[in-house]
Amino acid sequence: MHELSIAISLVEAAQEEARNHASTAVYAVHLRLGALAGVVKDALLFSYDLATQGTPLEGSRLIVEEVPVIVLCPVCRERRPIRSPQLFCCAVCGAPAGDVLQGRELEVTALEIAP
Amino acid sequence: MSTQPRLVEVRRNVLKQNDVIAAQLRRRFSEAGVFVISLVSSPGSGKTAFLENTLSRLSPAYRVAALVGDLATENDAARLRRSGAPVAQITTGTVCHLDATMVQRAMDGWNLQDLDLLFIENVGNLVCPSSYDLGENLRAVLLSVTEGEDKPLKYPTIFNSSDVAVITKMDLAGAAGFDSHAALANIQAVRPGMPALLVSSKTNAGMDDWAELLLSRAGARNPGSQLQRR
Repeated sequence: MHELSIAISLVEAAQEEARNHASTAVYAVHLRLGALAGVVKDALLFSYDLATQGTPLEGSRLIVEEVPVIVLCPVCRERRPIRSPQLFCCAVCGAPAGDVLQGRELEVTALEIAP
Repeated sequence: MSTQPRLVEVRRNVLKQNDVIAAQLRRRFSEAGVFVISLVSSPGSGKTAFLENTLSRLSPAYRVAALVGDLATENDAARLRRSGAPVAQITTGTVCHLDATMVQRAMDGWNLQDLDLLFIENVGNLVCPSSYDLGENLRAVLLSVTEGEDKPLKYPTIFNSSDVAVITKMDLAGAAGFDSHAALANIQAVRPGMPALLVSSKTNAGMDDWAELLLSRAGARNPGSQLQRR
């Protein structure tokens, strides 16, 4: 389980961004988490509480937006979801999936900070 | 004065720091003309034997070296040094994966100009290493015949983030009742188009194909490089 390492990086990233906005108090962190990011949401939420202890983020909420996989289907030539991670093909036509356009995200998108 | 929290938009990759270091490493490797291959697999799938065979096969015609990650012990590095190649062990303590900083630290004092190919053997783990870019040019995922044909379906993320799959211990395929067609189909299901090789480090089956794949990828990556048989 590497979610604790990820949570520690997340806390450092959020602290730095908060400082960039001249704020030290962070109430919530919004995160986009792709299905292919290799990070388990529940394990991350659990680790977040540990990682924030003793930091300005202690007591803050982690709000996770789960992002499904979207690929460029080489046959439909459209953005398409996949059947499943176990069957990495276009959900519409069944062609083997092309480039992954979305689903590897592990990014902070917003912070709720002191006014 | 409002007491409502302020919502500020930021756009920041959580592993930005790792990615920045990985990008620096990749640039250093490329400038020195080194092609870097990382190996990931579950514990016990034969990464070290596979790497030992690979190093002996390529050296001394090509200048090769290895970094090897484990939670503890220097055993793997000692084994790999028998090939004559420079080897550094990275012990991670309790950390279940390598990250770019560990690779950077392990490279301290190495003259990359002296190398053609560098192998990075990750900690045995099919989950955590998938999130961390190490600055490699090629990620190979290994699967041994005793692990079952459906391993790719159980760990799709790591297979999906890899560039080539290697099925190891093919000398045991008969005894393990391993269905290689099913395994290859499962690899294609999770990562369509990924090349897959069937090898045995013991009998050398498939190892020439692996070396050929590496050398052709390395040559394509560094067309101006001096990658040629010495």
